[in-house]
Amino acid sequence: MRRAATIVSAAVVSAGLVLAGCGSGDGAGTGGDDGPVTLTFQSLAFQPESIAANQQIIEQWNADNPDIQVEYLQGDWASVQDQLVTAFEGGTAPDLVHYESSYLQDFADRGWILDITDLVPEAMTDDILDGAWEAVTFDDAVYAVPFLLDAQVIFANKALLDAAGVEVPAPDDPWSWDEFAEVSKQLTDADTFGVAWTLKDPANRMLNLALNFGGGFFEESDGASSAIFGDPEKEAFQRIYDQLYVDKSAATDAIGMGGSDPLPGFFAGQYAMLPKGIWFRQQIIDQAPEGFEWVTIPALAGDSQAQAAAPQTVSVAAESEHPEEAMAFLEYMLNPENQALLAKGDWMIPASSAAAEDPVLTETPDWPVAAASGTFLEQAPFQRVRGYEEWKNKVANPSIEEFFANAISLDELGTRLTEDGNEILERYNR
Amino acid sequence: MRGFRTLATPAKYLALVAYLVFLAFPLLWLISTAFKPPQEMALIDPTIIPADPTLDNFRLAFEQQPLARALLNTLVIAGTSALVTVLLSIPAAYVMARYRSVVSRMTALWVLLSQMFPFILVIIPLFLLLRDAGLYDTQLGLIIVYVVWSMPFALWMLRSYVVGIPVELEEAAAMDGAGKLRTLKDIVAPLLVPGVVAAALFAFVSAWNEFLFALVLLRTPELQTISLTLVKFIGAEGVARLGPLAAAALVATIPSLVFFAIIQRRLVGGMLGGAVKS
Repeated sequence: MRRAATIVSAAVVSAGLVLAGCGSGDGAGTGGDDGPVTLTFQSLAFQPESIAANQQIIEQWNADNPDIQVEYLQGDWASVQDQLVTAFEGGTAPDLVHYESSYLQDFADRGWILDITDLVPEAMTDDILDGAWEAVTFDDAVYAVPFLLDAQVIFANKALLDAAGVEVPAPDDPWSWDEFAEVSKQLTDADTFGVAWTLKDPANRMLNLALNFGGGFFEESDGASSAIFGDPEKEAFQRIYDQLYVDKSAATDAIGMGGSDPLPGFFAGQYAMLPKGIWFRQQIIDQAPEGFEWVTIPALAGDSQAQAAAPQTVSVAAESEHPEEAMAFLEYMLNPENQALLAKGDWMIPASSAAAEDPVLTETPDWPVAAASGTFLEQAPFQRVRGYEEWKNKVANPSIEEFFANAISLDELGTRLTEDGNEILERYNR
Repeated sequence: MRGFRTLATPAKYLALVAYLVFLAFPLLWLISTAFKPPQEMALIDPTIIPADPTLDNFRLAFEQQPLARALLNTLVIAGTSALVTVLLSIPAAYVMARYRSVVSRMTALWVLLSQMFPFILVIIPLFLLLRDAGLYDTQLGLIIVYVVWSMPFALWMLRSYVVGIPVELEEAAAMDGAGKLRTLKDIVAPLLVPGVVAAALFAFVSAWNEFLFALVLLRTPELQTISLTLVKFIGAEGVARLGPLAAAALVATIPSLVFFAIIQRRLVGGMLGGAVKS
């Protein structure tokens, strides 16, 4: 009896001790009236170099600014949406939020992020590319500072190009889509497909590529957006479809792939070319077998090389008690020198034009192609559409995947994108 | 007939082995990936046994994320949740099983109903409640949530175990002069051990693996759990740092396996065999 009582008592006492020892994060947040201001900055940096660059910038700032201290919080891309929505709703959002431009309009409509138009210093306005600013400006209000950009380019197996006698085009003389289709056919043989289009969750990418032919996908009338699917929108779809099922120069087994999935086939010579974002250079460098040679081919030209600027951004939370201090930190964090460091860490293009000249970046592989890509990024119509994310996730992604799996026709795809899609948009237009 | 039996036994073993391989393959692949250099992960013909095994992924995993701290946090949270869940569930389950009343039946029904609420439905109200109670961004807040979340199932499980203990045993003890407390301690409690172990295991593993509540209810890096730390190896567009992720996931699996290994001996049935002559 005594032994049992001892065991139960010990268990209860242990629980009490453990509970008493449980940590709390109450130390975070803004300082008191007399202490320094403490800002929280949630970063989505993923690559170790990028995380290190963020932390280095913050450490330097904290050392130089004892009155405004910044606390680094590490977020993650996989769950940031759920986490931010709850934090904004519950009033516990970080002062500074790293995310991407496509979510800003929704966040602004809900009153979660601050209009920083009057807080952005002139030097920063001048330094950052116009296309990047356009992507974060809604109804003439700026809701974030853009800092990292991506662009679609094509990576190629150099040995296969050399064997076929294919010359790599210069950034100022890119291949047209017709030339690309010809080269793909030329590179295709019994062992190799000319190209591997990885089309998992393909809506953003296809809407981007459609801009090459002037395809905007949305039109606006009396402030209401609706989806359209005419000849300019169809062009890129038809060309990729033809590569897959008519020329058979594109690998059908790659269309369900995403992320790093196609790399084994690319390294093994099964795919000669791999259209991907410019950041993918890092993945290739990290995983390429010894001796594997690759090159970056500039973005294709249709009627233009236009692509959507969908920058990564930093916003100030509307609930932040210290917006001026937050903006002062942003001005430092996203100055050209630091943007170069951050862009190098994530292998992306800085939104700062001065940062793009920094040797930190110009010495990375195929930088001229990356730098040239930054110049044709612009705001796309879909970036201004309220309800775009729902349209994309519920209608566009699954329907486009079905189209490229040859399960539905191009006309059926158009019907779904417009008729089913507009039912969603109507709710947002009311 | 004998020929059929001769064939049936190897077939059964073959099926069992196939099933075990099916179950174990993801774990084998995880172990294999944890010891592979990046170049071997991108081979067109991957192998289970790394050609050039390395511990670099473990070094990178511990260097790039605070794994040790996250493991300790998770151990405290999951261990405490399991302990509190079991301590609260045992008396409640006994009362629900032995004292049949409207309240008891309604409670059992409510326990069942409460299992049907999806996480996502309760997350924002729960978040607001904890914030207002000053428990947001505390381990205590998360422990309370895990206890509340695990208790219905633990209660239901333990109630079934109590129902399975013949009431005649308690009556016999009473006839021999044992008081209620002694009956519970010396007769009921030992027979309930497998159920308690199962409930503790369930509560511990649930808390150990849980992600969404921890994501929403914890913010401070020093408090974060292992599931929150693992997801930081996954980047935009589904790209993962696969080697460090596999190494970290393998390390994260070990405490659960150890916990299971320690208590699984208690997780056996048949303790009632021959207790009652019917």
